[in-house]
Amino acid sequence: MGERFDSLGAVRDGLAEVGYLADEAIAAVVFLADRLGKPVLVEGPAGIGKTELAKSVAALTGSRLIRLQCYEGLDESRALYEWDYRKQLLRIQAGQHAGGGDRSGATWDDVEDDLFSEEFLLSRPLLEAIRATDPVVLLVDEVDRLEVETEALLLEVLSDYQVSIPELGTITASQVPLVFLTSNNTRELSEALKRRCLFLPLDYPDVERERRIVVTKVEGVSEHLAEQVARVVRSLRGLDLGKPPSVSETLDWARTLVLLGVASIDTEQICATLPLLLKHRGDLARASASLAANTTR
Amino acid sequence: MLGVLAGFVGELRRAGLPVSLTEHLDAAAALTQVPLEDRGACKAALATTLVKDAAHVDAFEVLFEVWFSLASCGIDDPGDGADLAELLDEALGDGDEAALREVARLAVARHAGLHARRHLGAGSYELYQTLRHLDLDAALGRLLDRSLGGGSDDDADPLQARLAGEELSSRAERLGREVEAEIRRRLVAERGSEAMAAALRRPLPVDVEFMHASREELARLRRCLHPLTRALAARLARRRRHHRRGRLDVRATVRHSLSSGGVPVDPRFRRPHPSKPEIWVVADVSGSVAAFARFTLALVHALSSAFSRVRSFAFIDGIDEVTRFFAGNDELEQAMRRVNVEADVVGGEGHSDYGAALEALWTRYGRDLGPRTTVLVLGDARSNYHEPRAWVLAEMRGKARHLYWLNPEPRAYWDSGDSVMGEYARHCDGVYECRNLRQLGRFVEVLG
Repeated sequence: MGERFDSLGAVRDGLAEVGYLADEAIAAVVFLADRLGKPVLVEGPAGIGKTELAKSVAALTGSRLIRLQCYEGLDESRALYEWDYRKQLLRIQAGQHAGGGDRSGATWDDVEDDLFSEEFLLSRPLLEAIRATDPVVLLVDEVDRLEVETEALLLEVLSDYQVSIPELGTITASQVPLVFLTSNNTRELSEALKRRCLFLPLDYPDVERERRIVVTKVEGVSEHLAEQVARVVRSLRGLDLGKPPSVSETLDWARTLVLLGVASIDTEQICATLPLLLKHRGDLARASASLAANTTR
Repeated sequence: MLGVLAGFVGELRRAGLPVSLTEHLDAAAALTQVPLEDRGACKAALATTLVKDAAHVDAFEVLFEVWFSLASCGIDDPGDGADLAELLDEALGDGDEAALREVARLAVARHAGLHARRHLGAGSYELYQTLRHLDLDAALGRLLDRSLGGGSDDDADPLQARLAGEELSSRAERLGREVEAEIRRRLVAERGSEAMAAALRRPLPVDVEFMHASREELARLRRCLHPLTRALAARLARRRRHHRRGRLDVRATVRHSLSSGGVPVDPRFRRPHPSKPEIWVVADVSGSVAAFARFTLALVHALSSAFSRVRSFAFIDGIDEVTRFFAGNDELEQAMRRVNVEADVVGGEGHSDYGAALEALWTRYGRDLGPRTTVLVLGDARSNYHEPRAWVLAEMRGKARHLYWLNPEPRAYWDSGDSVMGEYARHCDGVYECRNLRQLGRFVEVLG
């Protein structure tokens, strides 16, 4: 299908250039998404870089990012398209005035054809991605927040890259856009949706990759500090926490440490800056206790 | 290649992964796009097209390694008497991948005893043998001392020590995985992929039975539990918001109609007043369902972090409220210990007595039961031939919103022996067999 990338290596290097350190699996999936023309379902805990991946791919391919943020109660008129009924009402009124007393003017058929033309169609993200003539990346964010019934809205777009509008007919994409769906796995997505997608589960990176992410993303961080940050975060993830620190929190923390002018971390500094990493009171208490036990030992 | 792929897909299906025909086709298409000599890329291509659930990734990894096994170099012990312990220290000290792999290979050649005629299992015996000879713990101790001794003494910050220790143990873990992989490679070379895949077949996490789960499996189950309780929370909350629409909101409707020339095209409704659901979990913690009890307590723990209003009760033949043990964000293990030690769950002889326990629940806490409460009873309904006193459940159901019973026994065993499930079932809104996560998930679906 697409030929946006020459090879697997090109994807990895390209993503690294725009500041996203992809591992082998991520690079392969992005590459295949382009070649096979299939959407990618990215799943993983919050703050792991799911949305960032879509943004980076958009930046890499020089595409426009079209984002559909999902939420409960999202419907067709917000996701696909909507008829601009205000404009349509105006059009009818304008027709009445123009016709004046003369009834033989525009017939109803003419008016109807006119009312349901593209002029009165409001594109919502999905239709916009289909109709786009410039290169686009479509990001359907947090698809697990949709109700099961609404999920079906996505199916036609994702498998055939087309949208059927009863009054207008079917609009087919002139080019296959790259599509990313993200999910926090708060509910099981339907089989139909999963079958249409390439699946990319993301997990916390290992120490080495996390260190490199910190070095890439945080300005002015020393190699030594990045290494320590990555190790401390792994240590925290090893505790049985409600919400372990994710990559975005690691980055926030590293930035803070750089701003504070910390060259090498000690226990006290960790405890003082812990709220940047952990967002639950219980987790904070548990992590502090674990660090304190460490000191007295 | 297509034949190999078909065999692999068949193996995945036998392992319980639902691979559809379209996914099989996608995998074949994906393989045409990646360089076949790049093993990692092929693996990623197969994984992304064939596996659609994060819980299935482990099973896929194992099967991939077996099916597309790297030929073992099969170096036997070079016999030059290289000191394995020394090599091990060096490899662990550097954390160099290639060195670790080399040590693993050498250790397997020397200690796994693969030449002995004992190739029946899935390699766990050989793994144990090799690791015992390597004595990783001692090596870790040595290295840790050395790395701390290396710096000056006031440099021995406990934090650094801890981080260094964790780095070393992660390397040791990697070495262990290398050893396991090497043993499997050798066994595959000897016995063929299919036999090996069959030997390694394990139930998927969702199919592991609570009653017979090992400690390790329970730990894995617990990790799968959190998404499920979140799903339950989301479902109940969603119903709360969407189940019925509120009254017409005249003000909002009129204001909104201005944009359509005063015609109320789109009537607006008030959001119904949200009522917080309350959940009561009543769990049997007696010996006969010990493994299940561990799991139920994990469920209670997970539920109480997802819902603000969970009350939990544990019983054997007496009943006690155990909400307080789960209230703080304590470790699950600690909460369990406190339930076992502090909770007053034994009324008489310490054998399950559902009738007595339920009646005690009703008389002591029944007045708190309200129309917003959903009651979940978790237990096998084996009451040791005591009076079931099913009328208690009827009373409770009358007052509560819903009353569900989850039974960890196979349905076929219900009402056999001292099980009085049938008596109780008449008074429940639903009785569900709940032997594994899959069934628990189904229950959550029903609830929604």
